[in-house]
Amino acid sequence: MASVREVLSGDRLSLARLLSQIENDTIEGRAALSELFPHTGNAHLIGVTGAPGTGKSSLVNQLAHHFRHPPESIPPRRVAIVAVDPSSPFSGGAVLGDRVRMRDLAGDPGIFIRSMASRGSLGGLARTTSGVVQAFDAAGFEIILIETVGAGQAEVDIARLAHTTLVVEAPGLGDDIQAIKAGILEIADILVINKADRTGVENTERALRTMLDLAHPIQRVYRHHGSLEVVPSSIAESPQEESVWIPPIQKTIALDGTGVQELGDQIARHKAHLEKTGEWESRGRTRLQAELDNLLQNTLVNRWRDSLSPERYQEIFEQLIERNLSPRQAVDALLNGGPRR
Amino acid sequence: MSQTERKIRVLIAKPGLDGHDRGAKVVARALRDAGMEVIYTGLRQTPEMIAEAALQEDVDVVGLSVLSGAHMALAPRVIELLEANGQDHVKVFLGGIIPDEDVGKLKEIGVARIYGPGTLTDEIVGDIRKGVLEEVAR
Repeated sequence: MASVREVLSGDRLSLARLLSQIENDTIEGRAALSELFPHTGNAHLIGVTGAPGTGKSSLVNQLAHHFRHPPESIPPRRVAIVAVDPSSPFSGGAVLGDRVRMRDLAGDPGIFIRSMASRGSLGGLARTTSGVVQAFDAAGFEIILIETVGAGQAEVDIARLAHTTLVVEAPGLGDDIQAIKAGILEIADILVINKADRTGVENTERALRTMLDLAHPIQRVYRHHGSLEVVPSSIAESPQEESVWIPPIQKTIALDGTGVQELGDQIARHKAHLEKTGEWESRGRTRLQAELDNLLQNTLVNRWRDSLSPERYQEIFEQLIERNLSPRQAVDALLNGGPRR
Repeated sequence: MSQTERKIRVLIAKPGLDGHDRGAKVVARALRDAGMEVIYTGLRQTPEMIAEAALQEDVDVVGLSVLSGAHMALAPRVIELLEANGQDHVKVFLGGIIPDEDVGKLKEIGVARIYGPGTLTDEIVGDIRKGVLEEVAR
């Protein structure tokens, strides 16, 4: 396939077109991904998620700039950005507006920004985002920043895709009960409090800190006869202390770049940690396993559906509407009745 | 839902220095409601930024909104850059305050359609659908 060679040689138009093929899940796109796959596995995948309006796009803009213009002694890296915004559940259309915050990055050939619509997927990414990321990886981008749909509490697909997941918070978005709920905060490798110049930043930080202390008790403080007694936990004493990653909290102001350098350092520290503990490989394994399972499921469902006659489906469905069958019984009837042509 | 559905992708951009983006936003919203994927780039874009975004996003259509009067400088430059990047197939639509005497010249250099004040969004949606569908599959 011609375009694969061009993508590997760095041709941007071929890459852009291939990304569309992947997004549209065409035969050509699938074939190209298979050819590109041996060239993947080199990029550092960094996820950026958080509620709408916390400043994810502005932060991605600053981070990309940071990786392109690093402090001396570190070579600049090629950066790809995949920015996902929601599709309308009614029209299927979308307004993808993340580029508005990324205008500083224009004109830099070491940067490639691609906007994606979620196209009905609910986990904060599009179904084909991992394919798009693989194409960037194969094309030699060393850093891939993946910005999710503005996420609430359960859009956690990004943690399965990325090596390093940043969860972006902003002051004033919720109390400490939000911070102990399950879901998005749990997937953070690094917690970012953006808009740190706003009032209430201390409260946000305290709530997150409390949550972290509950999850990773370094030292426990007991009330003992009215005085405080500090009891170090087993983690702190254990010799493998460094094998436990405790998500740091980094305050940033994405509009002026405050804290971005430090955030970049935290990301580098996390990568080093992953490599040292072998988690880099294990996360890669988990990601590929999830991808294999997903693909297997989709393919099986599609294959089975293709062999099912629409009349048979309609017939069972009518029985469901009449309440002669429960949804579970309808599934059994469709599967056990055997797909008929 | 079909896995291989092809969405029309449109870049909506405001080149030049005027800050009136209401029209661009109305059009972006209308195209969204018509099922298209609209990449919105915001104000004060240079032709270079627009062409770069059009390439990275692999769009079918670029919609330019110009109310500054600089359309005779900006639109040709965008078209020139699109062609230089190998994106000859991308249709360029222009909206804004465009004097009649400029319309012929703009169409000559390759602007597909020009929309003045009062245009119905349905008309734009229809034109884009037609323009993209007529394009030979590349």
